[in-house]
Amino acid sequence: MVDLTNPAIDPAMARRNRRVAFAGLFIAAGMVGLAYASVPLYQLFCQLTGFGGTTQVAGDSPKGAIAREMTVRFDSNVANDLAWSVTPAASITDRIGMVDTVNYVATNNSDEPITGTAVFNVSPAKAGAYFNKIECFCFTEQTLQPGETVDMPIVFFIDPELADNHELATVNEITLSYTFYASDNEGS
Amino acid sequence: MADTTAHLEAHATGHDAASHHEPTGWRRWVYSTNHKDIGIMYLVFAIVAGILGGLLSGVMRMELQEPGIQIFHGLASMVYGVEGGEAIDAGKHMYNVFTTAHALIMVFFVVMPATMGGFANYFAPLMIGAPDTAFPRINNIAFWLLPPAFILLLMSLFFEGTGPGALGFGGGWTVYPPLSTSGHPGPAMDFAILSLHVAGVSSILGAINLITTIFNMRAPGMTLHKMPLFAWSVLVTAFLLLLALPVLAGAITMLLTDRNFGTTFFNPAGGGDPVLFQHLFWFFGHPEVYIMILPGFGIISHIVSTFSRKPVFGYMAMAYAMVAIGFVGFVVWAHHMYTTGLSLDVQRYFVAATMVIAVPTGVKIFSWIATMWGGSITFKSPMLWAIGFIFLFTVGGVTGVVLANAGADRALHDTYYVVAHFHYVLSLGAVFSIFAAWYYWYPKMFGYMYNEFLAKLHFWVMFVGVNLIFFPQHFLGLAGMPRRYIDYPDAFGMWNRVSSVGYYITFVAMIIFFYATWEAARKKRPAGDNPWGDGATTLEWTLSSPPPFHQFTTLPKIDSTNAH
Repeated sequence: MVDLTNPAIDPAMARRNRRVAFAGLFIAAGMVGLAYASVPLYQLFCQLTGFGGTTQVAGDSPKGAIAREMTVRFDSNVANDLAWSVTPAASITDRIGMVDTVNYVATNNSDEPITGTAVFNVSPAKAGAYFNKIECFCFTEQTLQPGETVDMPIVFFIDPELADNHELATVNEITLSYTFYASDNEGS
Repeated sequence: MADTTAHLEAHATGHDAASHHEPTGWRRWVYSTNHKDIGIMYLVFAIVAGILGGLLSGVMRMELQEPGIQIFHGLASMVYGVEGGEAIDAGKHMYNVFTTAHALIMVFFVVMPATMGGFANYFAPLMIGAPDTAFPRINNIAFWLLPPAFILLLMSLFFEGTGPGALGFGGGWTVYPPLSTSGHPGPAMDFAILSLHVAGVSSILGAINLITTIFNMRAPGMTLHKMPLFAWSVLVTAFLLLLALPVLAGAITMLLTDRNFGTTFFNPAGGGDPVLFQHLFWFFGHPEVYIMILPGFGIISHIVSTFSRKPVFGYMAMAYAMVAIGFVGFVVWAHHMYTTGLSLDVQRYFVAATMVIAVPTGVKIFSWIATMWGGSITFKSPMLWAIGFIFLFTVGGVTGVVLANAGADRALHDTYYVVAHFHYVLSLGAVFSIFAAWYYWYPKMFGYMYNEFLAKLHFWVMFVGVNLIFFPQHFLGLAGMPRRYIDYPDAFGMWNRVSSVGYYITFVAMIIFFYATWEAARKKRPAGDNPWGDGATTLEWTLSSPPPFHQFTTLPKIDSTNAH
């Protein structure tokens, strides 16, 4: 009796098997692709929604201030490989929607020029979507000469729409935190 | 199904396969393209890896038996050659290495090879009436990739991890960055990553082979809706493997390049985000837990039905409950990440979605009980293991529903409550399903009957042992004892001692298991084609025990309506 399901004997079965196997391989390869695609997608998602405390970039036209006040605290961390000291700005309390300017002060403690960049986010993370920066040193890399001290300004406002978010109803303090790293291209 | 038996000529063992060359000696195993031989090799591999993984947890339980550090500083000075305070630090690292290795071995080299490698390879083709799997050579490759993967993992234990004198990777099976990137500069982590890559390729090849076999090679008349539930569970699990494992492969490849080639996928200094790794890991990790348990669901259905002498209650609901669990399993991953700062709305979604999984799972538990209801039950050893599975899995499922609540998880996250939960569903659930399958199919695979008393003794001793290990860990977790620490305050002493005693009892159970296996091999009591009687209706029982080297040279025809 002919063995109808033996792929070695039945070429039609072998063809069908190959089709399913290639579909399976295609799915597996597609999932690896999706894993890598998730990197830019996740970044985009964070920027659009403020997920994980990602702050927003805005032009210079706030929607006007409201009565509710918010305290903004500032924090700075410096990575081990960067010979800078950074003093964060003092905390500031103002009505939501007002544009404020604060200064971080950074000093290069070494005897050679160093380029650094900063990464940042806010806590509570949910407030990220409402934290708008008009101008910030973090938008560009900074090079400090040996021993140089510079003021690093941040111009920001908090979107009054924050008041509509019930998850933030009890929040009256937001912390903006920067971590400074040595820049890859020139290094320390 | 019994009405199809007459067509089969399977009893003409071996001789009808004269046209096929039957390899002998080591070639039979190393070059094997036979799904049954490969299945047996998978099972032997799982047993060997299981001994090692079990011994690792034994050393951990001995360490945790009393507050303070008892064992690991001595082990560290023996293995690493360090003394004094350095030995204490090295011992702490070594404890972390043990927990990590225990988890990775049990997940990737014990449960998955036993269920999807061993039993699925051996019995899925038999149950659907296929002569072999669709791609026998791919099957061979899939198996032989596993030993190198396992060796890579074992090698990782002996390479530098966090620094000089601290060997192995100690960051947990979840390998979160930055501990797995900048925290472990030595090559141990790279070996672990490569091990997971190779094991992943093995599983993906195996999954493709099983999917093709089940889709294309069912016997005439066996539609998907007449297919036995174990074949259904294997089909669903194979799809989960195909969708989940590549995501893990991608994520750990990013770890590898972050570690060695200066990419910054998970490094904030370059614009990356370590939380992204957690999302990717758990997108794999949650389906992974269903990969470990779904084949068990299939196995238990057959055993309950066989020993109740009734068809499975609610066959269609049972099959589609597994499909539903597989599907929903992909959209609940962030319930492992409630404490990473997800917004309340995101947490609400993941709480609700996670709770939904309790519905198809409840359908399965209900249907197993309904299958037993009014049945003519015989409490043979496989049935004891199956009922034990149902009980233990339900306990683990209930604590899972507790943990699904983001509010409760705040307090219980990373405590021993979580350890108790996932050991109830996996160490007790999945492992009990493996032992149930072992005792159910042992006579079919080897042709001999084991000693029923020893099998029952194994069950009762193990049942007492594992419950004694893990039930007190609920109390420890509720009292706030965090997991993954070598030491704890004196207040947690009592239940830790009880838990360690449970381990020793389980150890005795394992000795009974090995003795029972040895005894069965030595006594050679012929089992007969179907030792379980009328209740065993699936196709493998129509064959001889053990089945002929090539089965179904004449395909069985499925015409009965209750094929399952």
